[in-house]
Amino acid sequence: MTPLPEILKPEWIAQGVFWIIVGVTLAGAVFAVFLKRIIHNILGLIVSLFGVAGLFIYLNSEFLALMEILIYVGAICISIVFAIMLSEPMFKEEAKRNIFKSVFTGIVAVLVFWSFSTMITKTPWEAAAVKSDDWSVRTIGNLLLTRYDLIFELISLVLLVAIMGAIIIAGQGRKQRSSQ
Amino acid sequence: MNQLEVYLFIALIMFGMGLWGVLQRRSLIAMLISVELMLNAANINFLAFNRFLAPEPAVGQIIALFVMGTAAAEAAIGLSIILAVYRRNQNIDIERVTDLKG
Repeated sequence: MTPLPEILKPEWIAQGVFWIIVGVTLAGAVFAVFLKRIIHNILGLIVSLFGVAGLFIYLNSEFLALMEILIYVGAICISIVFAIMLSEPMFKEEAKRNIFKSVFTGIVAVLVFWSFSTMITKTPWEAAAVKSDDWSVRTIGNLLLTRYDLIFELISLVLLVAIMGAIIIAGQGRKQRSSQ
Repeated sequence: MNQLEVYLFIALIMFGMGLWGVLQRRSLIAMLISVELMLNAANINFLAFNRFLAPEPAVGQIIALFVMGTAAAEAAIGLSIILAVYRRNQNIDIERVTDLKG
């Protein structure tokens, strides 16, 4: 059997797929921010979130990748799509921004980017001493119901309150409108 | 590829674009989309630190799960507020939604 060419070795394939995923993520982010029409923005966000799920697989947590697709793409993006269909006419143009404000936002974003990137490159990152190397979903479930029990309850309370608040806010507007 | 800084820079680029979007876009839904991008950048950071530096790999994943739950709550509340604003003003351009301006 002839040896594989260099480009077909598993490490190289993993490397190539990684950079493709990075490209998909960043291209989706560009679509999500820079395009004018809001429906294109949300489609770009969906593409970008799939890329982020791929990155999570490269970071060893398949569970979080699945949750990313389930929660973000399946729940959040779809509800944003519903809100777009309910609220905004697709043809409505965004008003032109004051040029001074645009320049200012650009400066702020570039400053934040520059300061964080110098922080990333200047900091000597040191790994902590490893206590366990257990990546399984079983451990996550155990910790969620033992050590992080309180936060788990709190987040479910937050979600419950958010759902009730959303129903009340969206429902009251309708009542006001029908009484007019 | 398998380096902490690579992931940090990917997350930083996403965060920067999200920040620019929040400051620059005028439609409330576009701002919400940009906020989701920023939350995802934070999530990538959590999982990257979890993969390369943290002593226990389960903890970072749990924190990322909590971020996702909070993002879901934020999206539900934000979208219902946007719908209420739209019913009231027939518009979701934040330059024209100035009822609360003092």
